[in-house]
Parts: sequence; C-alpha cells; structure tokens
Amino acid sequence: MTVTESPFIGGIVGESRLRHEDPALLTGESKFIDDLQIPGALWVACVRSPHAHARITGIDTSAALATDGVVAVYTGDDLADAWAAPLPCAWPVTDDMKNPAHHPVAQGKANYAGDIVAVVVAESRYAAADGLEGVVVDYEPLDAVVTMEDAETDRVVIHEDCGTNVSYVWPLVPDPEAVEAAFADATHHITETFVHQRLIPTAMEPRGVVAVPAPHNGDMTLYSSTQIPHVLKVMAALTLGIPEQKLRVIAPSVGGGFGCKLNVYAEEIICMALAQRHGVPVRWTEGRTEAAVSTIQGRAQRQTIELASDADGKLTAVRATLLADMGAYLQLVAPGVPLLGAFLYHGLYDVPVYSFTCKGVFTNLTPTDAYRGAGRPEATYAIERAMDALAVAVGVGPDEIRSRNFIPTEKFPYDSPAGLTFDSGNYQPTLDRAKELIDWDGRRAEQAERRAAGSTTHLGIGISSYVEMCGLAPSRTLAALNYGAGGWESATVRILPTCKVQVVTGTTPHGQGHETCWSMIVADQLGIDPDDVEVLHSDTAISPLGMDTYGSRSLAVGGTAIWMATEQVIDKARAIAAHMLEANADDLEFAGGTFSVKGSPDKEVPLAGVAFGAFTAHDLPDGMEPNLQAQVTFDPSNFVFPFGTHIAVVEVDEATGAVELIDYAAVDDCGNQINPLIVEGQLHGGIVQGVAQALWEDAAYDADGQCRAANLADYLVPSAAECIDMKLDHTVTPSPSNPMGVKGIGEAGTIASTPAVMNAVVDALRPMGITDITMPASPMTVRRAIEAAQGDSA
Amino acid sequence: MEVSVTVNGTARSADVELRTLLVHYLRDVLGLTGTNVGCDTSSCGACTVLVDGRSAKSCTLLAVQVDGADVTTIEGLAGPDGLHPMQQAFHECHALQCGYCTPGMVMAAVSLVDEYDDLDAAGVRVGLEGNLCRCTGYQNIVAAVLAVGE
Repeated sequence: MTVTESPFIGGIVGESRLRHEDPALLTGESKFIDDLQIPGALWVACVRSPHAHARITGIDTSAALATDGVVAVYTGDDLADAWAAPLPCAWPVTDDMKNPAHHPVAQGKANYAGDIVAVVVAESRYAAADGLEGVVVDYEPLDAVVTMEDAETDRVVIHEDCGTNVSYVWPLVPDPEAVEAAFADATHHITETFVHQRLIPTAMEPRGVVAVPAPHNGDMTLYSSTQIPHVLKVMAALTLGIPEQKLRVIAPSVGGGFGCKLNVYAEEIICMALAQRHGVPVRWTEGRTEAAVSTIQGRAQRQTIELASDADGKLTAVRATLLADMGAYLQLVAPGVPLLGAFLYHGLYDVPVYSFTCKGVFTNLTPTDAYRGAGRPEATYAIERAMDALAVAVGVGPDEIRSRNFIPTEKFPYDSPAGLTFDSGNYQPTLDRAKELIDWDGRRAEQAERRAAGSTTHLGIGISSYVEMCGLAPSRTLAALNYGAGGWESATVRILPTCKVQVVTGTTPHGQGHETCWSMIVADQLGIDPDDVEVLHSDTAISPLGMDTYGSRSLAVGGTAIWMATEQVIDKARAIAAHMLEANADDLEFAGGTFSVKGSPDKEVPLAGVAFGAFTAHDLPDGMEPNLQAQVTFDPSNFVFPFGTHIAVVEVDEATGAVELIDYAAVDDCGNQINPLIVEGQLHGGIVQGVAQALWEDAAYDADGQCRAANLADYLVPSAAECIDMKLDHTVTPSPSNPMGVKGIGEAGTIASTPAVMNAVVDALRPMGITDITMPASPMTVRRAIEAAQGDSA
Repeated sequence: MEVSVTVNGTARSADVELRTLLVHYLRDVLGLTGTNVGCDTSSCGACTVLVDGRSAKSCTLLAVQVDGADVTTIEGLAGPDGLHPMQQAFHECHALQCGYCTPGMVMAAVSLVDEYDDLDAAGVRVGLEGNLCRCTGYQNIVAAVLAVGE
C-alpha cells in the first residue's frame, strides 16, 4: 500500500454511502425510454434483411400500406434525400482507411442480416409490427463473407467502391530491427494464437428512440437510450443537417450500456428524419431478438502474440498481430477499438522491445464496436495467456513468471515500449494478496492430490495480472490517434441562494452511480450534506458541454472537472467571506462548511451566509460578479492506469467437459476510492461479464451469416445460478495525473477475468497435453479437446 | 374484450385487443411503466409481476388471461411507510446499478421469499435463475434476498 496524504477533507469521500439513485429505480418511478408517454407519436418498425449479403431487387409495400394503422412505408431509395450524410465513423485510424457509405436504410444491397431495408410507420407498436408482415422484399442472395480470414482474401468484395475488404492496417512498430534482433536472440520464443469470439453486449434495456419535432420553429428533441447524448447531438446535427442549436438530446434513465449505446445508430437518424417528414413525434423501441442483430457486437478478433525471453523467462520483446472484424460497416469508433489495446500487449511487464499491427476487415456480419473494456480485454487476454505458456516453457509457476517481469515499482513513471507513460504502479502486492485470498498453496496441494488420485474432476487455477489505460483521454493523444474529437470533460458547480448545490456534469451515467459519487465529492469539499447536492446530467439543454461516459473516464476526467469547479467556487466564496469578515483571504481557513479567520475563531461566516450574500449581491467586493458558480473543462494530461491481479479456480469434469467456476479472488487498484460500495459493485458485474466470455457467451454465426444465438434463450447471459460470490480486496496507489488520485474501475473486472478463467481451464487440462481451449469453454468444446488429446496420446 | 383486473389493490377494467400482452396492458393502458420489457423469449424476467401472489412473467401472459385476477406490480410494493423490505434490502446491499432488471428482480425475490421458509444462498441463486441482471454479477442481489429471507 502506498501511503499518501489524502486530498479529501470532509470525511464523506471513502464512505460506502448508499445510492441516491436507488429509490426511483426500486419503485418504478424512473423513466426509461419506452416509459415516456408521448401523445400522438407514430411508431416505427424496421424491415431487416434476412440475408447476410443480397441485392435488393424489389420492394412491394402495398400489403403493408393496406394494413390497419399503418401510415407509411419507406424504402432506402425513398429516404435517400432524408439525410445530409451517411452514418458517421468518428475514428478514421489511418488516412487511407476504407469507410463505405453506411445509409440508415440500405440502398440497393443489404450487407448483413439485420441491415434495415425499409421502415414501417404506424399508429401503434402493434400496428407497426403488423405492417412488417406486409412488406415483401425481393432479394438476390450473394455469397456472404462470414469469417475474417475469408474477408482478407477478397474472394468476395463486400463494398465494391472500396475495392477490398481490408479497411485499414495500423502498425505500431517503434523499432523493427530491434524486434527482429530480440526474437533472433531469444532463448524462448512463444507463439500463441487466440480468437475472441463475437459477443452481444446485452444491456438489459434494449435501445429506443423518440424524436419530437417542432415543425414551425425547427426544434428537434431526441430522446434516446444512449450513453452519449452530447456526442450524438453533434453527429446527428451533421448527419441530418439540423442546425446544432436547434437540436436537444436527452438520455432518460438508461438501462445499461457496456459500450453498445456508445454509438450513432440508424434508428436514431431514421426517427428524426421521419419526425421531420410527418411533423409529429416518431418512436421506435428495439426488441431483444432484433437487438441481437441491430446493436453493435463486441470483440471479434484473431490475435497472434509472440514473446521473446531469456533463459530465466525475462521478457525481451513482445509482438502482437491482430485481425479485427469490423462487421459490415464502420460504426462510430469501431476502427479505434483495437487501438485502445494496441499499447498494452506487453501487459504490466517490463519489456524493452515492442511491435503491434492490426488489420481491420469487413465481413457480412453485424457491425462491431466498443464493448466493455474495448481493446484492453483483448490485449490482456493475449499477454496473460501467453505468459502462462512462457512459464511452462521456462519451468516456473505462473506466479513466478509474472513476478520476474512486473515493471519494478521504482521505475514509475514508466516509459512503455509502446510510447505511453504509465504514471504509477505497484504490481507485486496485488499478486501476493490475491494468492492469499484464494489460498494458492492449498489449492495447488489439492490439485496435486486430485491428480495423484486419478480424479476426473480436474482442478484448475488461473492467474491474470493486468494494467489498463483508461480515463479517456488527453485530447492531444486522441489527435495523434486520428480520433475525431477531444477527451475533455465539463462541469459546472453552482451554489444556490439557500446553500443547496447543483452540479452539472457532461458525464452520462447508465448505472454507474454518478449522482451519488459526484455529490459526495462536492459535499466533501464544501463541508455540506451530500443530500444537499443535486447532480444534473444527460440532457444537452441542461448540460450543454460534455463528452459522456465510456472508457472508464467519468471519474478520472469528469469527476476531476467537478473537483476543480468546486475549488474555484470555494476560492470565490473565500474572497466574499474575507470581504464580509474584513479579513485577508489568505488568512481564512475553510473547514466544515465555515470560513474562519486563522487565530480568531470567533470571526467566522458559514458557507450559507456567503452563498446568500453572493446571491443578494448587496455588498460584494468591487468588480466581483454575483452568485457562486464555476464552470471547468478539464483535459487530462495522461491516461490513468488501474491494475490488479485476479485468480480463478475452476473444476472441469472430464466426462462431460463441463466447467464450473468454484472460487474467485480479485485485488484491484483504482487509486483513491470515492465510494467503495460502488467500486465493488462495478467489479462484481465486470468480473461476471468477463467470465461469461470465457465460459458461456458466443454470438456464433453459421456459414450463411445467420446469428445462431440471436435471442436470450440461445445467447447465454449468466444467471445467478451460474455465478458465485467473489472475494475482493484492493490496494491504493493514487494516480498522480489528477488531483483526487483516482482511476477508472468500470471495465477492470471484465479486462481481468476472462484470461484468469481461461488460464484456469487450461491449467486443469494441461496434464493431458492441452495448451489451449477456444472460447467459450463450453462442455462441447472442452470435451472435444479432451477427446483430441486422448486420441493423440493413444 | 373487456378485462377486469385488480392491480395494486385497485379494480381496473379496460377493453383490450385479445392479443394484448399483460405487460403492455400494464404499461400502455394503465400507465404502470415500472414493469420493464427486456426480451421477447420469456428469458430475462424484467417484466415479472405477482399474479394472485405468485411471480409471473407478464410478457408471457395475455391480459385476457388474468381477467379476474389480483396483480401486483413494482408500483404496488412501497407503502406510506416507505419501501417494502425487499426494496429496502436491495438499496442497503447495493443490489442494483442501472435498475432496469430491478423491478422484475424484486418481484421475483418477494415471491421466492414468500414461497420458501429456509432459503440459503444456493436456493436464492436457483430461485432467481429466470431473472437476468447484467450489472451486478448477482452477488449483492443474493445478499439482499437472504437479508429478507433468512
């Protein structure tokens, strides 16, 4: 543990405070998108291509138009003039990146099963669904590209105007000669290839949109179940040609995101365009089976990672080569998702030489984009699986190989071989503590006993140590990566006349508890009750400036902006208090919500008095503006770098191939914690989401490009019955990159847990000669691997 | 068809299409939007309500099927004295994050605790198998239900 002076003075930050958000959510009082009652709204239903790749040769809408309640039906050609630009991709990672036009309603050709080819507009949701049945589309099916490997060959070129299925190649190879030399000189050269299956993010609330026009003055209000109302406002204005000042975007209560609501979607643009056309509100609510093909999917990468090491297993080089599936089109930040992992394929290990290359390709599948962790789970998986292989090659334990390679604590700030500066870190204590929590020696002994006894219930123990980069992001770094926007965050802190406080934030919570945490930060600084602080968010008319919530950025960037704004408010209050007390501002102390003169404790004025004085403005210092309010936009100087070690214990039944998670320990370091209750909750959920990739979830497609897991009956989101209680602990290494010493924690669990579980599965089966299991480690996959291994040895 | 249902203690009746799902009757006809829809395969449990005291997925029932029944939704749990003990336990155990699965999860938990006297953690986990949550990893949900059920 690192001991530093806490920046928090009020005794509120650091408490496991119950959430302000809960009562409304627990009683049904919260309004999610489909809960909004909008009189006179028309409902949209989307006709989606059943084919992965097909020419549209004709659309007959007559039967649909004759259906009771159906108002209109539009094809892609009908709406070709409805938008000023195709759907946006904000991250052109290379100057020559191929980015095919992505129309909200397809024109001429459908490029994935789920691509919208027509929309029905009707008076009710049931009538819209009825209308779908009446739209007859003639298709000429084309050969579909359903694997990245097939895509790469250009056997079938999906977007003819691009001339190739390769969207981009993005290299990060600082010193190619050093890479070759390191591998030539290596004692151990490990080469591993891993596949990250496609995942369906599955926020429990499906997406939804309500577009409310004001035809005569040109205003448009867009309600959307989105993580990014601010980004969406800019993008929607550009895509539709609506003047930005006329557009207001509101995210009501949002039922989870995990990255899948970090986008500009066709349905948002369609509803706005049709609201303009019809002059009345237009809405759409996604069905779950629809969501499985219409909402972005995650992961979908093939990775080859190579490690070079000396005889002791000390790493000398890491080389990673990726193939990344973009799906049929480039969604908002899809090309950049692999780049968010590109700097982390050496993990938290001290490696002098580094090489990374990613090729992004198009397939005839649902587009991919950011999903919880976005790039960092993939990177962590590759290095952590490969480290276990290296440990075997060197002949040491998986704990020992990690300890030998951790970046030494004295090397921080650490200039990484990929070009980052890791601002802080102290890795070994997390491994040591995780081993204690899991009873490492006891588990190893139990494993040995089972093996000696010939048990067919195999025990496996897997470690995953990780560091991630989050707190997206320094704007200049984003510029260097060709991202189309900045990474700052905005906050306004406003003390009202009665000394209640409004905090306006540009972050957009959808389960993270920002209202609770932001009020705790401000209350701690001001010496007031957190219940006296209201946090306003997710409406661009109330919070006009913001970059929203993703990439574990909200606290490290948005929270910092709030901290800084509060400091500015205190500075102004101090000047007013000094005037009121006829004292020098430098002589004032501020504690417990009261300004007092040092050495004269009877001369004091409470913040409430200052706030009212600032409001009446009857007697302010000359030249000072009335009111206590500050607005800050914070652009971070660096990412933040949370880290930790997770250990999973599994049992693998040799007869059935079934894998059961039986124990799990996690020791994470997110720096200073605002609210430990919320940190733990984020870790619980994140860990389970990563475990689910390892063991259960798989958006598998057949050879024709049909998703075989397109609903919640077939796509195995875990229930409570498959999950276990996890053992959590933490260390505290404050980030020096922001005044609160905080780091993100929303994605860490997901980043760490997948490789921990898979290392455990492989550890269980290694005596059989098995060195890899493809995810998810389903009974069938595991059983086949066992049979193959036993066949080999027979 | 005319459907008469007692919802949260109040007799309600309305003329609905035969195909109207109970969840849409509750949400769109009665305006009780606390009950959420999370899937279309009866898999997620977000729409769980109590029908004559037992949990039921309201996306899997037609409104006409509950004619004459007593239905309790999440809006009917909290009373003038505040939250229902299950809601309070969810709050105190941090058993919700985004809150979308929460109404259904709470209703399922109320029914589970009502049905079994000697719940343990394993029983809670199996008993809530029909309700999916993507945020919490279930650990705090199980703790909340045990806090009420033990």
